[in-house]
Amino acid sequence: MAEVLPTERDLRRVIGDGDAIPDRQVEGLTDHDLVELYRSLILLRTYDERSVVYHSQGRIGTYAIFWNHEAMQAGSVYALDDGDWIFPSYRESAIGLLRGMAPATILSWWRGHPAGWWNPADYNVASICVPIGTHVPHAAGLAWGKRLRGEKSCAIVYFGDGATSEGSFHEGANFAAVMRAPLVLLCNNNGWAISTPVEDQTRAETLADKAVGYGMPGVRVDGTDVLAVFEATREGVERARAGAGPTFIEAVSYRAAPHATADDPKAYIDLERVEEEKRRECVGRFEGYLRRAGILTDEMAASIRSEAEQAMREGIAAAEAEPPADVSLVFDHAFVDPPASFADDLAELKRVLGE
Amino acid sequence: MSELTVLEAINDCFHVELGRDENVMVMGQDIGRAGGVFRATAGLRDKFGPDRCVDTPLAEAGIMGTAVGLCMAGFRPVCEMQYDAFSYPGLDQLITHVGRYRWRTGGKMGFPLTVRMPYGGGVRAPELHDDSPETYYVHTPGVKVAIASTPADAKGLLAAAIRDPDPVVIFEPKLHYRTMRGEVPEGEYVVPLGQARVVREGDDVTLVAYGSMVPLAERAADALEGRASVHILDIRTLKPLDEEALLAAAAKTGRVVLVQEAPRTCGYAAELAAILAEKAMLDPQGPVLRVTGYDVPYPYWQIEDAYMPSVERVVDAVEKLLEF
Repeated sequence: MAEVLPTERDLRRVIGDGDAIPDRQVEGLTDHDLVELYRSLILLRTYDERSVVYHSQGRIGTYAIFWNHEAMQAGSVYALDDGDWIFPSYRESAIGLLRGMAPATILSWWRGHPAGWWNPADYNVASICVPIGTHVPHAAGLAWGKRLRGEKSCAIVYFGDGATSEGSFHEGANFAAVMRAPLVLLCNNNGWAISTPVEDQTRAETLADKAVGYGMPGVRVDGTDVLAVFEATREGVERARAGAGPTFIEAVSYRAAPHATADDPKAYIDLERVEEEKRRECVGRFEGYLRRAGILTDEMAASIRSEAEQAMREGIAAAEAEPPADVSLVFDHAFVDPPASFADDLAELKRVLGE
Repeated sequence: MSELTVLEAINDCFHVELGRDENVMVMGQDIGRAGGVFRATAGLRDKFGPDRCVDTPLAEAGIMGTAVGLCMAGFRPVCEMQYDAFSYPGLDQLITHVGRYRWRTGGKMGFPLTVRMPYGGGVRAPELHDDSPETYYVHTPGVKVAIASTPADAKGLLAAAIRDPDPVVIFEPKLHYRTMRGEVPEGEYVVPLGQARVVREGDDVTLVAYGSMVPLAERAADALEGRASVHILDIRTLKPLDEEALLAAAAKTGRVVLVQEAPRTCGYAAELAAILAEKAMLDPQGPVLRVTGYDVPYPYWQIEDAYMPSVERVVDAVEKLLEF
């Protein structure tokens, strides 16, 4: 039997409050690294804020907002190598940006256009998983496969607090542990699964406690502290590469934005708590840390912001410039070797459409 | 050629295919140390090691879901579902991911996984060891489905599935696992997907069947000898369907009886009947009839024979058609 690995229940923090709680330094991170982390945060924040605007302008469809979750995405990805695989849920739809994916690709996905398709192997970023938690077994399988091939790469999978109630989360986590898959399971516990509070998902005291049952270490971090997330993920990655199997990270925050553009949380959420969370949102916290350390100047911040804004302007322009998708794409790609009926159906459709 | 049972043919196929391609791996419950509850994978763990014949945790969705990830790592996993009705938790992965993943990568990434399972009743088993769930799988876009009715096809269709670039689900008639013997080619042997098989030629009536219903159709044809000349078509691949063979078999006699073990409503025979209605309107000498299981939970085994399509029911349908 494996040893029982204790859960670390206290929230790990690196960033202080600029007052009573001091800032810590993360070993091995240079000033350059810190600026790159800031660049990632700003890119994600800009993507998210612009997307909400694009939605209100009718330029993209329903959009799942990730405002204030940039730190857990940017911090964890920065702990990976480019050869490591990322399995996003819809909440991490834009995480491919951190691997060089064009904003237009992800915007096209939210525009419901096939230009939003990508080859996961081009970025080592899996397709966006829409159903809850069903990608956890995929990440476990990929990571297991990497171990079987003797490769040093690992994988990370993102999911929310609600996903921990799903059978596929359990099956994936258990498979990962049994197969000693080099995997980091990152749970974005923002307290809410649309309108259902985490208290209605589980009687476990913390979600990290679930790790004990799988024989893997569980760690809780402040999900709005980009450096704490980085540090915990780096430990999980080191463990994975050393052949010690998966790690569960519970990144804790409070959802400060609606679940998606189609959601109005006023009916269920604690609005005072939302305001409190907005005051300590993750990008501002890290910016404060950098300024206290004398690393970030106004000029640098302005330049990084304008770089991100420019990327989004170009992204939405490119996405909107995509020609309408040909109807043949309805049939393409479902099979390598499609049934003969597809050609008949397409010919019939084109005839009826007068094409 | 050697004379093998259906199970021996499947086992033979695995030894050939795992030896041929090091990316092929089999995974499932009890398939390694025990060689599978029916011994379909016997000897593979010893020969190819525990990483290529994997005893997995008891989790069907986990098996199919991790197989999706293994495909992303370049493997060609073959997932065993221990029994037909145990496969239902895996449908979540099959419907939401297995059949859709290649499509959502714009065709850039392949998912060449195989799912196989024993199916069907008549073996005096406990509840939920007897289902014929093929329709759920056929109805899922992005997935191919085949069902063998002979030892040779059990080997050849499984090999085709393992080598196919798309996900394929294979159903194996457990009723005939050990009771049917037949000539099976040695070494590499592939039966291409999408090709039906004329089991016997006849002129008066056509029986269309697949899997365990093919031997039943043959017995019914024997019983009708002297009264009707029976043509039998084994569909073999339910998706993609060999439509040409179906239409030719229907045109041959103008009288068609479809035989299916699964419940009637929206079963695969309904699809075949619809195709005949759309494309063979001028051929029929009578209505297309179905002999199927009933729209009920599969019964406990003391009364399962009453549920199963029988020689008597098939003969009765044929007589009705001949009298039409």
